[in-house]
Amino acid sequence: MIIGEQKRLDEIAGMLEGQRRILVAGCRSCVAICLAGGEKEVAVLAESLRLLSSLRGKGWEVEEATVERQCEKEWVAELRPRIEGKDCVLSLACGVGAQTVQAMYPKVRALPGLNTSNMGAPEEAGIFVEKCGGCGDCVLHLTGGICPIARCAKSLLNGPCGGSQGGKCEVSPDTPCAWEEICRSLESLGRLDLLEEPIPPKNWLSARDGGPRRIVNKEAVLSEEQKRLKGGKA
Amino acid sequence: MSARSNLERVLLEGRFAVTAEIGPPKSASAESVRKHAREMRGSADAFNLTDNQTAMSRMSSIACAAVLIQEGLEPVVQMTCRDRNRIAMQSDILGASALGVRNVLCISGDHQTFGNMKEAKNVYDVDSVQELMILRKMRDEGKLWSGDGLEVAPELFLGAAANPFADPFEYRVTRLAKKVRAGADFVQTQSIYDMDRFERWMALVRAKGLHERVHIIAGVMPLRSPKVALYMKNKVAGMIVPDAIIERLRSAKDPKEEGIQLCVEQIQHLRGIEGVRGVHIMAMAWEEKVPEIVRRAGLRR
Amino acid sequence: MMRIIGYCCERGPGEALDLAGEKGMRYSSDLTLIQVPCAGRVDEVHLLRAFRDGADAVLVIGCLEGNCHHVYGNLEARKRVDRAKRILDEVGLGSSRLEMFHVASNQPFRIVEMAKEMASRVESLGPNPMAVKE
Repeated sequence: MIIGEQKRLDEIAGMLEGQRRILVAGCRSCVAICLAGGEKEVAVLAESLRLLSSLRGKGWEVEEATVERQCEKEWVAELRPRIEGKDCVLSLACGVGAQTVQAMYPKVRALPGLNTSNMGAPEEAGIFVEKCGGCGDCVLHLTGGICPIARCAKSLLNGPCGGSQGGKCEVSPDTPCAWEEICRSLESLGRLDLLEEPIPPKNWLSARDGGPRRIVNKEAVLSEEQKRLKGGKA
Repeated sequence: MSARSNLERVLLEGRFAVTAEIGPPKSASAESVRKHAREMRGSADAFNLTDNQTAMSRMSSIACAAVLIQEGLEPVVQMTCRDRNRIAMQSDILGASALGVRNVLCISGDHQTFGNMKEAKNVYDVDSVQELMILRKMRDEGKLWSGDGLEVAPELFLGAAANPFADPFEYRVTRLAKKVRAGADFVQTQSIYDMDRFERWMALVRAKGLHERVHIIAGVMPLRSPKVALYMKNKVAGMIVPDAIIERLRSAKDPKEEGIQLCVEQIQHLRGIEGVRGVHIMAMAWEEKVPEIVRRAGLRR
Repeated sequence: MMRIIGYCCERGPGEALDLAGEKGMRYSSDLTLIQVPCAGRVDEVHLLRAFRDGADAVLVIGCLEGNCHHVYGNLEARKRVDRAKRILDEVGLGSSRLEMFHVASNQPFRIVEMAKEMASRVESLGPNPMAVKE
């Protein structure tokens, strides 16, 4: 899932300066799970903004709405009646959701209420850890199911480096050394042989380094005729 | 095979090699490099120039190496993977080679969060093992990683770092073997204070026959005070400093002298370990002591 | 004349309240108590809304830790109170206007104590700036 964190209230308040009719828009997907932008978080933030508005005389009129997934046009389309007449939308979805809202409502300013961070998973309640590097060329089968791109601070493919100590990364005592974990995993899988052959330099073309990615599933793309039959809905 | 550098020649001739380290300055003037060169001339077979150590910008390793060559000393250029991608690496190696550099140490590099520009983007296009593969291809095949032919191939003696004190211990030797497979001709180890652990590591290295496939140069660092020793123990990643050593420095009348004496004893002990082909003396900010250490340790210079 | 709102769990604290009544104990008329089935029913939104409506202070009264009939309702309440306190600091109202107390059914004096405690806090912090405007 995508993990993000709400921006600080003062930063959000700064973005809302001079605005009047505000819609706080949440998402029931990833950001709800990482407790950043779900329906509950929308309610609390909206109430905080109303409180701040009353205290400081900001004149904000704050409404709330939450959609199933803010990255999909069909759901964002349902927000139309709620967005009509608003000065801005404070999106509590991830960056993808916020951009989708802006693209669909080009006349109403979409503001990001979240700092979108990474692809990861909950470790336990309240703790969310980065797991996947999104490199487009997955090598989990070579590393015992542990992503070296995301979980190693240096994205080494032939780790560990000399800074690994006590199972921790040199970057922080909270960060496990991914390569120590990889070694242990390969050991328990009986595949330590995978540590012997040097892995050559990575092809980063499939990662963000190669440019913004566009993946086309040809069989799923509709022809013009098919689009017409579906009534203009793709 | 003829030696590609003075350091290689010394090792091939079976002599106990000595390398030392010079820290590049935070300056646009190379005067301090020349000064260290004059102080240290004759005390080692080659001199490492660190590469933006602890992720803080300093004069580049290659520029300092060029200055050393002017001063008649042989450099070892250190090149980390943190700040440059494969395109820049190969370009820098061609330039370094043209300037007379022959020894290159391929290392991952401290993460940039160690330094004072933590906000910088990190590169890590390739890791140190892959860096060895790339440089070896340039040297042995006369080709860039892209497959493009080089008009003139660089002459390189390739090195890597080895750290018997980092974890996980059991896999450190596998990683060394990987580096050898990737092209390492020599390795320099992290500074040794825990002699037991080093000896255990050497035993594993010998068991795999690696000591005969790569020249192992043991690292030592003279400690000038118990405070420095504690800093090394607690703040430097991948270093082990036994309490006995800190205690020895603490109870010494002259900690600086004690630190030198300790270093000399370590070198003498290391000479006796099978498979150790040389010593790498890292006297950072204490470069002027290297000639004395070399002399007192009885290293033929 | 202060406005102090208290969300009071009907179990342990509710029984303490009844006992206080039987014993003739009085707490300030500034305190308005709202009974809830469990402190865990109270949400950050309820707490913040109370301040928006002009409350000078708010308290949440739950059962002693380990005594919650719904197992951890009072623990959830604690977390929500902490979150709301953080927001109260961020908006400049001050987190000490909000507090969570744990009361057992045989501690009627605690109700009186808490009311006094919150009243004294309001005295030092001053009334809710929004209430003054009215």
